Amino acid sequence: MISLASEQLIILAILLPLIASVLIVFFDKKPNLRDGLSLITSLALLATVLSLLPAILDGEQPSITLLEMAPGLAITFVLEPLGMLFACVAALLWPVNTLYSIGYMRGNKEQHQTRFYICFAIALSCTMGIALAGNLLTLFIFYELLTLSTYPLVTHKGTDEAKKAGRVYLGILLSTSIGFFLLAILWTWHLTGTLDFKAGGILSGKVAGPELIILLFLYVYGIGKAALMPMHRWLPAAMVAPTPVSALLHAVAVVKAGVFTVVKVVVYIFGLDLLKSTSAADWVLWLAGLTILIASMIALQQDNLKRRLAYSTISQLSYVILAVFILAPLSTVAAALHIAAHAFGKITLFFAAGSIYTAAHKTNISQLNGIGYRMPWTMTAFSIGAISMIGLPPTAGFLSKWYMLQGAFQQEQVFAILIIIASTLLNAAYFIPVIYAAWFKQSEQDNEKSHGEAPWPIVMALMITALLTLSLFFFPDVPLQLAMSLTGVHP
Amino acid sequence: MIESHLSLLIVVLPLLAAPVIAVLPRGHLPWAISTLVSWSVFYLAVWQLMNVSAGNVISYELGGWAPPWGIEYRIDAANALVALIVSGIAALTLPYALKSVIKEIPQKQHALFYAAFMLCLTGLLGIAQTGDIFNLFVFLEISSLSSYALISLGKKRQALTAAYQYLIMGTIGATFFIIGVGLLYAMTGTLNMADLSQRLPELYDHRTIHTAFAFIMVGFALKLALFPLHLWLPNAYTYAPTVVTIFLAATSTKVAVYVMLRMVFTVFGFSFIENTPTDELFLLLCVTGILMMSFYAIYQKDSKRLLAYSSVAQIGYMMLGIGLGSMLSVTATLVHLFNHALIKGALFMAVGALIYRIGSSRLEHFSGLGKQMPWTFAAIVVAGLSLIGVPGTAGFISKWYLVLAAIEKQQWLIVAVILIGSLLAVIYVWKIIEVLYFQASDETSQITSGQKNINVKEAPLMLLIPMWGLVFANVYFGFNTELTVGTADQAVKLLVPDAN
Repeated sequence: MISLASEQLIILAILLPLIASVLIVFFDKKPNLRDGLSLITSLALLATVLSLLPAILDGEQPSITLLEMAPGLAITFVLEPLGMLFACVAALLWPVNTLYSIGYMRGNKEQHQTRFYICFAIALSCTMGIALAGNLLTLFIFYELLTLSTYPLVTHKGTDEAKKAGRVYLGILLSTSIGFFLLAILWTWHLTGTLDFKAGGILSGKVAGPELIILLFLYVYGIGKAALMPMHRWLPAAMVAPTPVSALLHAVAVVKAGVFTVVKVVVYIFGLDLLKSTSAADWVLWLAGLTILIASMIALQQDNLKRRLAYSTISQLSYVILAVFILAPLSTVAAALHIAAHAFGKITLFFAAGSIYTAAHKTNISQLNGIGYRMPWTMTAFSIGAISMIGLPPTAGFLSKWYMLQGAFQQEQVFAILIIIASTLLNAAYFIPVIYAAWFKQSEQDNEKSHGEAPWPIVMALMITALLTLSLFFFPDVPLQLAMSLTGVHP
Repeated sequence: MIESHLSLLIVVLPLLAAPVIAVLPRGHLPWAISTLVSWSVFYLAVWQLMNVSAGNVISYELGGWAPPWGIEYRIDAANALVALIVSGIAALTLPYALKSVIKEIPQKQHALFYAAFMLCLTGLLGIAQTGDIFNLFVFLEISSLSSYALISLGKKRQALTAAYQYLIMGTIGATFFIIGVGLLYAMTGTLNMADLSQRLPELYDHRTIHTAFAFIMVGFALKLALFPLHLWLPNAYTYAPTVVTIFLAATSTKVAVYVMLRMVFTVFGFSFIENTPTDELFLLLCVTGILMMSFYAIYQKDSKRLLAYSSVAQIGYMMLGIGLGSMLSVTATLVHLFNHALIKGALFMAVGALIYRIGSSRLEHFSGLGKQMPWTFAAIVVAGLSLIGVPGTAGFISKWYLVLAAIEKQQWLIVAVILIGSLLAVIYVWKIIEVLYFQASDETSQITSGQKNINVKEAPLMLLIPMWGLVFANVYFGFNTELTVGTADQAVKLLVPDAN
């Protein structure tokens, strides 16, 4: 009986945000009802996703096939550990982000708020679709829809700058996905006749040599949302969007959909064993390592806070790719954990950036001297997020880095170890100055018009995410168990 | 008793309706009768498709004269699918026509317009139904002559030049075709396609057969606007009345592609083509055509012309399937034939609705209209995504099969071109969407008529309903491929029996 219920819950998780997006249209003229509806839907989605947890922790993998487009090509959803972890993270952060959006959109008197909430709900529905997809085709459909549904959010301001950023956003994401990802999927279909995610991979024995290398690179670069350099330009461009969008979509849902897809392809399409047989996996590892370093160095030079965070995201995404391409079971656990850990930390940082913008209308790091005393809550949360990014205890970031290093030692991947150490230093180098300026530097203009904290929904939201960042360190059981069951490792 | 004649009725019904409509008084009556006829024909086409979808063939002897002496209508899944497209698009275009025609065509010509429309429908359906190669020529001329007249009814004076250009090119094409048919008849003594396919293999080495083949191919390449013989198409689509553009863009080139399929696979047989450079030539022309025409589309400033160039590029995709010559690739051609009719029909209808409201098809005049006309805008977005081939739309299915066919043949260059073509489609589709979505900034709105757009209302329901019918079809056939791929599979089994 329980499996029947979980199948319905899977469908519900995808439909709920969609239904909300339709209902929101009718509340165009009633902002309170509209925002309330968004909040209620997001809580309902959270409840739905959480009620799927018991089944998966029992080791079940309920699945449901909606329709078959052609023989063998079906729209299928399967609940598996990694997808569950991703769905949980997204569903957990959506209500918080909605709360934050209400404060931010009203505080900044943004236009077109109804459109904003509609597109947001659709994007969440697509995220759930990606997380629960049972085969590559289903995943690809939602992957593309996610790109399209976030376009109106990126170009929300409607200025020429936003228009340009929107072109870069769509241009890179669509061209990589159609040019490479789709081709890789079609090739896989041609080789194997299936697109299902299977433990151990479906490609082993079907492809070898240079073809395997090409196919791997088609996947890695086709999944542009993972922002592996040089396919990363869309992410800084997307920062023109309102901060809630940057926070939930371009630090959590969209980018995590990218690395999530990479992990899924590596674990369920190629299989770790097949990749160990080729040098191509090492090349991707090096590319990820380079991306981590280069993006960190670029982040170091950014004065605009959101841009610095964006480049930090690029480097953190490559951590996940690096971890999974170490090809050790433990590092795969780290990859899965880092998806969650980075999500909590980075959304906190973005929330803080948006909070500063709303309260003080400041966007640059050089303007933040002494702001910690005017916005203590915001900057406390920011500091927690930054510590998690660097990977220090007692935050979530430490946990994933720990497993990553363990995996690297297991495989004797000296390169990966060096990269992790170097980037930790770089992370510290670009986050600590911000914290230092906020708390220890004197504000230059004393007569500056004094401002206090941001509106309460914003403060509340960022405190919640900061607490989540801390609590993942103290209570890592559920995410750890999910990550472990991904590769069959047990602690 | 009547049931056995239904395949003929599909052609005869609009043919008989045409003269009746021509003498009807002014008012809505000509429109009402044509709509009725087109829906009846659509009903018959559905019935016909259901009868042949199991893989059987309907053979109808015209006037009771047995083939190969008499004219035979030979309906298999391929014919039935094409007839369904033509009649389905006609049935959706005519309700749309009522308002659009009143706006664009002087009232005294309405009856004649609908009569010509019926004749065009007759011609296109006749081509799809007939199994006789000379009869095909007759229907080709009926459809061509009526479409010259239809195009020349466009509002602007350039419509006359466009129609004249098409007349010249079309006539050359038809002449080439009839020369080819004549040569075939001289060699084989038969005009029946099935009969020809029996007799031709013995004569494969004969030079006359090669000449006939060349004439027929070039003739139809002109009719279907295969690059570089496409020059008539952009002008014709741009200056024709909106309704005519919708109908011709969705059907006439598709019918020509179908004839190509018939000629290549049924009449001559692909084993003949493989020994000539034709298939390589097709691939080369398609590849160049897809890339060049997509680039042309990007630089257009007129929405109808942009879509017209995109059509030429899309014809390249369909012909690729013929050039590759495998079962999978021909399936892809037939599927894309169907899907592209839905896509371009929806897009031209949506653009037509914009033109209906603002009276211009220039892109810069569309600025910010997305807000005033949300349904039309949404239709353009969905159909545009289908044109790009985004998953969840019909266009994705076409692309899926096409790329798969190219991978199967290890033609990596063609794989690359198909995908690059999709990316170029992203650019030109987004050009339209961006203009509609964003309000013009202050400087540009002073230059153009951006300010006037504030009072524009959403298109009337009579335009929206057929448009959204096609938009829904685009999404529906993106998930349910039973009709498209299923029928195409049946057709391919009969078309390509010798392919592995």
